[in-house]
Amino acid sequence: MNKIYPNAAAALDGLLFDGMTIASGGFGLCGIPELLIAAIRDAGTKSLTVASNNAGVDGFGLGQLLETRQVKKMISSYVGENAEFMRQYLSGELELEFNPQGTLAERMRAGGAGIPGFYTATGVGTVIAEGKDVKVFNGREYILETGIIADLSIVKAWKADPSGNLVFRKTARNFNPPAATCGKVCVVEVEEIVPLGSLDPDTIHLPGIYVHRLIQGAHEKRIEQRTTRKREAAQ
Amino acid sequence: MWDRNQMAARAAQELQDGWYVNLGIGIPTLVVNYIPEGVNVTLQSENGMLGMGPFPFEGDEDADLINAGKQTITELPQTAYFDSAQSFAMIRGGKIAMAILGAMEVSETGDLANWMIPGKLVKGMGGAMDLVAGVGRVVVVMDHTNKAGESKVLKACTLPLTGKRVVNRIISNMGVLDVVEGGLRIVQLADGVTEAELRAATEATIVG
Repeated sequence: MNKIYPNAAAALDGLLFDGMTIASGGFGLCGIPELLIAAIRDAGTKSLTVASNNAGVDGFGLGQLLETRQVKKMISSYVGENAEFMRQYLSGELELEFNPQGTLAERMRAGGAGIPGFYTATGVGTVIAEGKDVKVFNGREYILETGIIADLSIVKAWKADPSGNLVFRKTARNFNPPAATCGKVCVVEVEEIVPLGSLDPDTIHLPGIYVHRLIQGAHEKRIEQRTTRKREAAQ
Repeated sequence: MWDRNQMAARAAQELQDGWYVNLGIGIPTLVVNYIPEGVNVTLQSENGMLGMGPFPFEGDEDADLINAGKQTITELPQTAYFDSAQSFAMIRGGKIAMAILGAMEVSETGDLANWMIPGKLVKGMGGAMDLVAGVGRVVVVMDHTNKAGESKVLKACTLPLTGKRVVNRIISNMGVLDVVEGGLRIVQLADGVTEAELRAATEATIVG
């Protein structure tokens, strides 16, 4: 079966519908599926629920889907870098479900692993616990969180082989593997599709069983906070 | 009174050789500049990295290599990368010895508020709720009072909580306090601060 598609629009063909839930990889602007996000913007799919750690910045990443009002609800842990997000949220145009970062990652992992719910100590005694089942294990309180199963996962990896085996690079891995596993369909964009057999099977980060469609493309890979130190003459 | 760097230097004295540690955004980030000689700690960045190195030299920035504050960083010989689910598995699983975090408010029972001001600041908790629930020891670094001079070390927090009964030690610009049975215990006074001044700036109960 061929998993390789010519571009993002072709890879998403037939998968998008209004009101759908999308799980996206990425942390800040690092490791975001920028080509697939742009294609969803161009497709104009509406009333999206998007589970993603962050919401991009104004004009880039998921920020693009906010500008076009395609997003109905975000499930995120931190949205501080996006002024348009703030504006839509504070004016009541956009729903927001804050999830602690580790809870969001585990909800995706659980959803993809056939685990409908799990108990965690994260958020006990806070607004996050409101309305959630509480259970005591060994004298400590835990709250029930549910697994996320998305209609579509959008993911960015570094390299893939034609069978969909993925390798990520440095901290661009972040939410991509858990997001990939929790979608009914998973579409992945990579910087390079390499020939079958050229990835060492022992070094594959995510096996191709989770990957349904694959594209290769050029990535902008924008840097959010460029921090450096000066080269010193004498060390 | 201690300034930001003096607070960071004091917080660095909390670190022990061999520990895995998570440093929050803001003053906690400065702690790395004051790690004592001979103390080898491995820094965890919750976006998926153990062994966080310093900022890159100009021109060496890599968009694929950032810390949890989205700043470009570098790797070290012992660096390991992993996904967000595994990152928080090690946090929740108690593998991280200590987190040093900023605080908006702390209570005498160790409640922490550092993620939200209703109607004003709605950025999100990021990984802070997971960290305070999972790491071995939580140290907060903060200003003792707000700009109006009102105590931020309270009997009970007024802002939405990040965690309940989670803080072990407070390092403020006025000194060091531990959360103990019945309230807070003064461990150390900052340079030039008297015990009477610290008590006056603290709304929380001070015991002993």
